[in-house]
Amino acid sequence: MRSNITQYELVAPKSLDAILQILADSPDRYTPIAGGTELMVALGAGRLQQKKLISLWNLGELRFFEVTPDAVHIGAGATFTDIRNHPVITSELSLLSQAASWTGSIANQNRGTLGGNIVNGSPAADSPPALLAYDATVTLVSTRGSRTIPYRSFHLSYKKTVLAPDELLHSITLPRNLIGYKTYIRKVGTRNAQAISKVAIAAIARTKHGAIESIRIGAASLRETPARLIATEQSLLNQTVTPATIAAARSALLSETLPIDDIRSTAKYRAAVAANLLEEFLHTL
Amino acid sequence: MTSQPQIVGNSPIRKEGIAKVLGRARYVDDITLPGMWFGATVRSSIPRGRITSIAFDPSIPWHEYTIVSAADIPGENCIVHLTKDHPCLAVTHVNHCEEPILLLAHPNRSALPAAVAAVHITYEELPAIYSIEDSEKKEQIIWGEGESANTFKTYLMQKDQKPIPDEIWQTADYIVEGEYRTGAQEQLYIENNGVIAEYDAVKGVTVQGSMQCPYYLVHALELVFNLPAEKCRVIQTETGGAFGGKEDFPSVIGSHAALLAMKSGHPVKLCYDRAEDMAATTKRHPSRTRHRTAVSKDGKLLAGEIDFAIDGGAYATLSPVVLSRGTIHAPGPYHWPHLTVRAKAMTTNIPPHGAFRGFGAPQSIFALERHMDKIAKVVGLTPEEFRRRNFLATGGHTATGQLLKDPVDMQHLLTRALEESNYHAKREQFDRDNPTSTIKRGIGFATFFHGAGFTGSGERRLNSLVEIELTPEGQPRLLVSSTEFGQGTNTILCQIAAQTLHLPYDQILIAQPDTGHVPNSGPTVASRTAMVVGKLVQRAAQSLLATLAPLLSSRSAAEGPAVASELPHDYTPEDFRHAALHYLAEHGSLKTEARYQSPGDIFWDDETYSGEAYPAYAWAVYVAEVAVDTTTYSASVTNFYALQEVGKVLHPILAAGQIEGGVAQGIGYALYEKCTWNNGHLANNQMTNYIMPTSADVPPIHVTFEEIPSPHGAFGAKGIGELPMDGPAPAILNAIEHATGIAFTEIPLLPEDIFERMTRTPEAGSESLDTAVAGPIFSEATA
Repeated sequence: MRSNITQYELVAPKSLDAILQILADSPDRYTPIAGGTELMVALGAGRLQQKKLISLWNLGELRFFEVTPDAVHIGAGATFTDIRNHPVITSELSLLSQAASWTGSIANQNRGTLGGNIVNGSPAADSPPALLAYDATVTLVSTRGSRTIPYRSFHLSYKKTVLAPDELLHSITLPRNLIGYKTYIRKVGTRNAQAISKVAIAAIARTKHGAIESIRIGAASLRETPARLIATEQSLLNQTVTPATIAAARSALLSETLPIDDIRSTAKYRAAVAANLLEEFLHTL
Repeated sequence: MTSQPQIVGNSPIRKEGIAKVLGRARYVDDITLPGMWFGATVRSSIPRGRITSIAFDPSIPWHEYTIVSAADIPGENCIVHLTKDHPCLAVTHVNHCEEPILLLAHPNRSALPAAVAAVHITYEELPAIYSIEDSEKKEQIIWGEGESANTFKTYLMQKDQKPIPDEIWQTADYIVEGEYRTGAQEQLYIENNGVIAEYDAVKGVTVQGSMQCPYYLVHALELVFNLPAEKCRVIQTETGGAFGGKEDFPSVIGSHAALLAMKSGHPVKLCYDRAEDMAATTKRHPSRTRHRTAVSKDGKLLAGEIDFAIDGGAYATLSPVVLSRGTIHAPGPYHWPHLTVRAKAMTTNIPPHGAFRGFGAPQSIFALERHMDKIAKVVGLTPEEFRRRNFLATGGHTATGQLLKDPVDMQHLLTRALEESNYHAKREQFDRDNPTSTIKRGIGFATFFHGAGFTGSGERRLNSLVEIELTPEGQPRLLVSSTEFGQGTNTILCQIAAQTLHLPYDQILIAQPDTGHVPNSGPTVASRTAMVVGKLVQRAAQSLLATLAPLLSSRSAAEGPAVASELPHDYTPEDFRHAALHYLAEHGSLKTEARYQSPGDIFWDDETYSGEAYPAYAWAVYVAEVAVDTTTYSASVTNFYALQEVGKVLHPILAAGQIEGGVAQGIGYALYEKCTWNNGHLANNQMTNYIMPTSADVPPIHVTFEEIPSPHGAFGAKGIGELPMDGPAPAILNAIEHATGIAFTEIPLLPEDIFERMTRTPEAGSESLDTAVAGPIFSEATA
């Protein structure tokens, strides 16, 4: 432990309203902390700058699932374990439960939340590619009210999101209309477990008479934020899968991604493997 | 005869196992002493330079802290291993990042990180060197002078002390050259390095902590404190893994904590966290090996030149002995009519490298076993057949001229390992399936040996001593400085004593290694404990039995008087206890001992690097199966077979555990674990980015043993601890060559490396092994 914990303050209000009120009132911004799987690492390493924390852990108002005929609403406080255990998600939205199964260790999954995974803003996070492929929406709340926006508009730049200082991510909504879609998800990490992704792709697509009539592709570690690969999708719409369309899709992917060299991998490797993953998916259509 | 059950060769519960499972085992960071303070280390932030100023930020209440600098050292400012080059604390210059400069202590542990950060040190930076090649250039001399500039040690090892005749090279059918490299590797023991030190003006220094070799630390403290050995007491606490990483390093952290204890007047605990431990403590030496081999067209080795270089980091630590083991293992289990090994340990501005399981052998064996596959391909033989034509056998001579008197049967080991792994059928199947699959599968193997015990005359110099005493309750207690750090020392030594004393295993006690109480049975390293120390335990137990014999035989049933030369065996544990109590009542105490006796036929010449390098060798064949995914360019090990001949297996479960753990560590060495240095800083000093394989990355490991009892160890045991580190990496890369057709020569081999090589344009260089193209001399230059 390289931090002096006496220098930190943690408050744990009992209700969402109380939390939102504190966020609205406090001139010194509190940093929300849910499972702590990100912030506690920073604390241990002596680099947690935020000294005032407000706990969202295990708050019933944020840890819920609501299933309607059209959608599954997941509270931002649902843990990866909750997601892995949810019958509708594992059967209908399995890209998300698979992504959850790859996150950290079992202990991490018991504490880490879907909301935390999103708002932390890491381009390498495990759940965003699946959420992007499913075209999720996110609902944000504050004392000023709530708003629902497409998840693909949530991330602005590296670790920057649309969340206002007094706002919390409340829930994530995934539509259930996925009849006839083929799905794909693959994480290429530094090892088979407890790994951060070097690159990951999640995708869904539906074909009609051999041509792709609908396709959505989400990616991790290819840009400064989790990214929908719109240009790649466009290159494939209304196309049949042929060597030529695969080549076009590969180059579209390379044109809209900006992978980097870092401690885990190289930009060249990430780009090539991302294109290989896409091709692997296209061969299944 | 005795009805006592066989203890050696069975797997009784580990001596300290219950305490560990129940969480009762106390590691150093679980221990608190009255009035104890906490220590921290202020380290250099640059790889090489002159210290120009040290300032203490006024934001910190420094009067609360104890601050130790080199000026506080009562003895020599030196951590002594083999040479006196390694300062305990830097004074004017630093030679690597994270070099200790000052030490701080405070009653409140959490007050330390901010204080460390508030010591502002300025430097005049000097150019640093990070590689063997830069060190060889000698444009910057960072260590030594003249012949030894930037060079900790060199060896020249020649078969029969003769150079290779020129005509061998002129007439050989093939000359095969190759260069091979291995990276640094972190030991990653579960428990970081840590100690608690106390100082008393009369009694001297006491250090307890996590370590392998308590007497090494005694030796270091004597010099730093200018105290006699009896005033430097060292106690090993329960130790959570070591792998060599707690062989030489505790001399550093132990000296530091003791200096803080002396100056503060308090016991001081100094425990690193993972990030500090990974950044600042020793790692496995990186290496470069160059082979030049003359071979006949029927696949006989004619001569070999091996240039072996290791990167020792900034100070010598144990580099000369790591280099020695690497040198002696470089020729492998093969017959070389002519051989020259030139070896050197070079200096760089990287934190000093140190001991790590295998100790130089994994490096040179990796090179050799990759090279053997290369030669086989050039000559047109299978890897199997080429090795079979060159194996050492009983009656043969190793490259140091050692006659192999004890039975050696590599031919049989290879046959058995290939059968058990179904090698030939799998090889054919993979060859059939690979062309149509994006997953390329391969199978490969390595054949190797590992010497047990200290090299050459090392055991004679150690002169190890083991004692057994009787407790007041009449129970035998072993007194050894050999330490338990997860590998099973306590258990096997107690098994040996129990078997020898005809007592149940649970009646044997073993003392905590405390240099105030146990004799120096040598360091717990070099695969020496089971063989060398085990034999001493056996002899000390026999001596105990001989002492008690008159009392035991008088209690024996109507067998008549015991024959003096024969030790009693027909007695019950109750008989033994009565005899022991009877003896204690009469004499007060009983302690027997056994001191190392060099076998009469072991001779070693350090000058010519020839003779009996080790009393005994373990022999092994490891087979790896791999899958290389051409979508992600990642290689994984899918199955592993480890067959070894290690003499008598004392504890089958612990032995298999040693092999499995070593193989897993070897898989990490080959495919995952990379130390990323950035201007001399370890950039990935955390387990998130230092990629150690998890259980999800390690395949089934099939461990089998051949047991040929060795005359050198207790009940025929030889060494086992380091062997499994040697074989996995070359076996895996040999399998990857089978899978992909690409002859990789460097580890760690990461997906990014495979990607670069697989997507390289053909013009960038070809590795065609077609001898018609390559010509008679196959080298990197002509490839």
